[in-house]
Amino acid sequence: MAKIVVNDEEQKINLPLSLSELIQLNNILQPDMMSVQINGEFINRENFDDTSINDGDIVDFLYFMGGGSAR
Amino acid sequence: MNFTEEQIERYSRHILLQDIGVEGQEKINNGKVLVIGAGGLGAPILLYLAAAGVGTLGIIDGDVVDLSNLQRQVIHFTPDIGKPKVESAKEKIKQINPDVKVVTHHEFFTADNALELIKDYDFIVDGTDNFPVKFLINDACVLGGKAFSHGGILRFDGQTLTHTPNTACYRCSFHSPPPPNAVPTCSQAGVLGAIAGMLGTIQAAEVLKFLTGTGELLTNRLLTFNAKTMNFRTVKINKNGKCPVCGNHPEITELVEAQQAVCELKKKS
Repeated sequence: MAKIVVNDEEQKINLPLSLSELIQLNNILQPDMMSVQINGEFINRENFDDTSINDGDIVDFLYFMGGGSAR
Repeated sequence: MNFTEEQIERYSRHILLQDIGVEGQEKINNGKVLVIGAGGLGAPILLYLAAAGVGTLGIIDGDVVDLSNLQRQVIHFTPDIGKPKVESAKEKIKQINPDVKVVTHHEFFTADNALELIKDYDFIVDGTDNFPVKFLINDACVLGGKAFSHGGILRFDGQTLTHTPNTACYRCSFHSPPPPNAVPTCSQAGVLGAIAGMLGTIQAAEVLKFLTGTGELLTNRLLTFNAKTMNFRTVKINKNGKCPVCGNHPEITELVEAQQAVCELKKKS
């Protein structure tokens, strides 16, 4: 059992786990509308499957937000 | 700049602040700020910057006031429906504070006009609702060496970061626009009206901090909040060496027109 922090909340996970699997575990409805940082480093979308989560990782899911007015 | 007695009274609550004072208020009165989008975010931003006495306020918006805007775009009133948003906003600004010079641009912010539009301003504020333009504002400000505030709202959430030259930009953490089909904008997904005020006033505060050199800006940090829980958090954003516009080997060296159309629910009549 490994401990990681996702958006400031501690989560317990079983390793090995890929970032794609972590996204699924967190029931993210629209992964396309999200950007991910692990330990402060931006992860390219194409690398979600190949990125392994490690014990102690700090993961931030950042959401794309529009809002405001049409230009 | 010599303040009149009326100005000293008008700005007295700023002047009283140790971090601002007469000197800081002068900087505000000499400031030139461009607000892109006179909608949900632009409305509170413009109202507070006008009240604060920002010397020149530029407003870009190609739209007209629609009934569905009035739930959150508090600078526009019911009799303004059908009026260009830039004109409606200008009228309110002039009533709040006749000191402010208002420059209106009733047009869209595009790759062709972006650098020309931003060049005379000290600070740019993103109050737009769609990702291609948000990325365009980011790229224009990075390439043009301008400071800007990014803002986004959706449903019950808001986020903002401030960029100044050589700090992390929006692309450092968001890289490129999400696929067009995935994107819910406010017009499709909805937004709690007051969220626009919450985020817009944070952006306005960043502008005033920037102009007066007060405090620590939201640089290299993304502030996000959720109004259902009222949890606010700031996420550290690092300048990304692989960033396509501000990284070590940038792919983006000139502005390219945004591809994605804005989806609107309202019927075209």
